[in-house]
Amino acid sequence: MIITFLQFILIAVFAMALGLLFIGLAKKTVARTQKRIGPPFYQPYLDVLKLFGKDAITHGFIFDFGSIMAFGGMIATLFFVPIADIYLYSMSGTLILVIYLMAVAYLGMAMATVGSGNPLASVGISRALTQMLGYEIPFIVVLLTLIYNSQTSSIVGLIEAQQGGFLNWNLVNIPLGTIVAFIALLGLMGKKPFDAPIAPSEIASGPVVEHGGKYLGFMMLQHAVAIVVETALFVNLFLGGAQNILIFILKMLIVWLLATLIGSIYPRFKVEEGVLFYWKWPLITALVQAVIIIF
Amino acid sequence: MKEKYKNSKWQEVINWAQKRSLFMLHYCTGCGAIELPPTMTSRYDMSRFGIGPAATPRQADILIITGYLSTKTLRRVIYTYEQMQDPKYVLGFGSCTINGGMYWDSYNTVKQLDKYLPVDLYIAGCMPRPEAILEGFLELKNKIEVGDADGYKRYKTDYEYYKSNQENVLGEVKRRQ
Repeated sequence: MIITFLQFILIAVFAMALGLLFIGLAKKTVARTQKRIGPPFYQPYLDVLKLFGKDAITHGFIFDFGSIMAFGGMIATLFFVPIADIYLYSMSGTLILVIYLMAVAYLGMAMATVGSGNPLASVGISRALTQMLGYEIPFIVVLLTLIYNSQTSSIVGLIEAQQGGFLNWNLVNIPLGTIVAFIALLGLMGKKPFDAPIAPSEIASGPVVEHGGKYLGFMMLQHAVAIVVETALFVNLFLGGAQNILIFILKMLIVWLLATLIGSIYPRFKVEEGVLFYWKWPLITALVQAVIIIF
Repeated sequence: MKEKYKNSKWQEVINWAQKRSLFMLHYCTGCGAIELPPTMTSRYDMSRFGIGPAATPRQADILIITGYLSTKTLRRVIYTYEQMQDPKYVLGFGSCTINGGMYWDSYNTVKQLDKYLPVDLYIAGCMPRPEAILEGFLELKNKIEVGDADGYKRYKTDYEYYKSNQENVLGEVKRRQ
């Protein structure tokens, strides 16, 4: 009982630390692409520490509850995603469960938005939920293809199906699906072509407009955990996972830096353009891939 | 932060993080705003020092008054300042905030910013170049470390003074908290 509890705590703390490190490395990468020196890689740790030391005002119970729900929803998702050979659950259906649980974080954010009552925050969260409608459809088609191909809906099962060398990875077996999933991952993580929900210059950082102090700190931690969950999911599903945690983190870092580099050179889609884009090319590609796999 | 943690070891850790991570509010009043984009982007890159832009008053630590401040804008600046969370710092930017600068005899421009908001640091010049702005930020970091940047405390203790000055020039300021 105690051991399990400790495992939960350790995994959560590890994911937060790793996510903040990833954000710092991404800031450095973007700075280098713009010929800047950029902040030190440990800048996000300082930001979070400072934010927890600042004063903060609440906007009522719903605001508090929504913020905690956004953070807790992401942490709950984390426990179902295997990180290297560390996993807590291996039953069938975890893949579908993870997709459902990821929405909880967004709904929590929406609740905090309602509590704060700021119109810009409402615009931001409505954009986020609209965009979710866009990327989830091609993503789900690819996931169903994966499930059909490996005849299992457990993430651990999908990793086991890819064991035995590079040629067994889904990256090689399902190449078009991997590309579609990567584009969906950009939207999932809110990277640059699809960052309309948090557009700082237009809607003043969207859902977190009214978050200050520790609330913003929680949102940053939530974002950090979300990055770990999403890149880990991608590595598990398409890059064959890993037995060694260092190799696993390396794979995650490659996926994350690739997404960052794409984000640092492309401008932002309007939200309806983003959704239409997802429903056009990635969806068609995903369906073609599904047809190829099934027949 | 809770009162019992203030002035403890924990506060020192927070101060250490505070001076390395400063979010600057995107709120520009006068012509000085034109000097900030070069300071932020590739040429001078202030993110080296952990200073970055923040989109809203709730998230920000620094309020920069960039240049002249008309009385109409002063009202918005006061709303903005009061929405920010402690600890918060005000940077007066350019000669206009010190003594009115070239607007010294204007009928609707605030001459001395220090009468209405507690200013932690002035950057003189018309306009100060990006080097001067970076110098100012580094000086502010030193002041935070020493504990000299206490404008937000002065705003609380001398609130009557600031409030009466604000009301003299504006008539009234509605508090929306």
